Amino acid sequence: MSLAARGLGRDAGGRAILDGIDLALTLGERLGIVGPNGSGKSTLLRLLAGIDRPTRGAVTLDGTPLRALSRRAVARSLAFVEQQAETAERLTVRDAVELGRTPHLDALRPFGPADAAVVDDALARVDMAPLAGRLWHTLSGGERQRTHIARALAQEPAILLLDEPTNHLDIRHQIGLLALIRRLPVSAVMALHDLNHASLYCDRVLLLQAGRVVALGPPPEVLTPATIRAVFGVEVAAHVDPRDGVRSLLVKGHIPFEETTP
Amino acid sequence: MRLPPTASRTDVKPLAALLLSLLAILAALALGAAFGETAIPIGTVARTAANHLFGAGLAVDPIDAGIVWDYRLARAVVAACCGAALALSGVVLQALLRNALADPYVLGISAGASTGAVAVAILGVGGGFVSLSAGAFVGAVTAFGCVLLLARAAGSGPTAAILAGIAGSQLFNALTAFIVTRSANAETARGIMFWLLGNLSGVRWADVTLAFPIALLGTLVCLWQIRALDAFTFGADAAASLGVAIRPVQAVLIGAATLMTAVMVSLVGSIGFVGLVIPHAARFLVGARHGRLVPASAVLGAVFLVACDIASRMVVPKQVVPIGIVTALIGAPAFAIILIRARRLS
Repeated sequence: MSLAARGLGRDAGGRAILDGIDLALTLGERLGIVGPNGSGKSTLLRLLAGIDRPTRGAVTLDGTPLRALSRRAVARSLAFVEQQAETAERLTVRDAVELGRTPHLDALRPFGPADAAVVDDALARVDMAPLAGRLWHTLSGGERQRTHIARALAQEPAILLLDEPTNHLDIRHQIGLLALIRRLPVSAVMALHDLNHASLYCDRVLLLQAGRVVALGPPPEVLTPATIRAVFGVEVAAHVDPRDGVRSLLVKGHIPFEETTP
Repeated sequence: MRLPPTASRTDVKPLAALLLSLLAILAALALGAAFGETAIPIGTVARTAANHLFGAGLAVDPIDAGIVWDYRLARAVVAACCGAALALSGVVLQALLRNALADPYVLGISAGASTGAVAVAILGVGGGFVSLSAGAFVGAVTAFGCVLLLARAAGSGPTAAILAGIAGSQLFNALTAFIVTRSANAETARGIMFWLLGNLSGVRWADVTLAFPIALLGTLVCLWQIRALDAFTFGADAAASLGVAIRPVQAVLIGAATLMTAVMVSLVGSIGFVGLVIPHAARFLVGARHGRLVPASAVLGAVFLVACDIASRMVVPKQVVPIGIVTALIGAPAFAIILIRARRLS
């Protein structure tokens, strides 16, 4: 299952908020989308998920434009985890995860034992099986995010799209969640704010600025001090730990805002 | 009692639930036919029904039989259809708008339907070729369209939708009153104002032939869309990513809710709060998943409105209180409770 975008763009209020995006997701890879606030990360993910329609270009799934596929067919290959989707309903974790079976069911094919098995498996993968009976409003932020990922997994997608999955989580849950996503048997595209997270947990990084691609490639090639200075206005030093070879970015300071804001 | 979610799926047998529901509706209809200014024994009600339905030829006093069959049973059946239809409209609106306070009355749909019906009845819009219920449907769709546009312009959030609903209701109620006072004589005006408060007095079997098919159709549409209704739990974007074709599904479900409300308003006037109270009561009993919420709301709504109709005939001796007043007396406090609980949750 391959997801690709060609010449992708979207206008809002007469202005291109995203333009000229070319992208091909390779099988099993983790692609991180990074960029400053308002650079178009969420917009790109929503176009890739088929939630919003592109103004220019197209997103294709195995060569077929998303527009030519039914929503149901898309949802069987592509699952999208939004930022902070909430509900006021008295739902259990299991109820929420069972929603993931929606694209596989219809009036003539009701929820059956095979679906229950998929849901069990999805719950187990995100370590939420022991909490399956808990009500939504009693869950912590991290538990809710894991439940959303389990719901996405219950769709049995080949590709997972995640919009800032670590938002509002403490550092331990952030790392736990990224490690979990790393282990999942899917290709994944995720918008991330933390450049070190993108370095550590992504195979490739797409760097966006003002809706355009600045660079696309392996993290050490894209996230260089010079590029980060140019795009984010932040001075960083790249540091490679001699013991394990892990590369991390250390913030040294930021360029005064009056020098970068147009 | 709330069963644990895994157990309840297997424990509550669908067949048992269906039998229990039918029994509850039959019991409500029988009581609806028995109670009234003159109480008629349940046995007489049963014999009359047997005579009409199966040609049983049992001996029944013809006056009693006439009251039971021609007046009270027709009225009870329409009340049941109306209750089910309004409750399901509430379920649909609450799910799609993700708003615990959504209901056809609160969102101005009933007010629009009244205006449409009055426009046809008094102004003669449609030149006699448009039925009262078709006029009500056009009015309901127009009013709901206005309310949704206003809600969108006023910003998202549950409060915006409810405030827009108030504005829409006021506008369309004013239009209705304007049409009535300008064009009708005092006698007609009084009759119409009484009907607008919700009134089952004039209901006969001919009304059943409209109320029943529409309630059944609406119920089937909701049952057919239970997964889509569930998928809206986390919002429209989440529903889309779960494979729901948002626009067509919204059109079908909102269309069904509006049609059900409009037809019921054209038959019995605008009865408020059923669509608000019943879905919440049903959620309390069977949980939030629509596979059980839709049938439970339909049954509960049917039984509730028959009970309200009985109450409307019994509370003041020798006088019928408009049923809309009975439902509002129960519904308005329930609205307050839901409002307070919604605030606590957010």
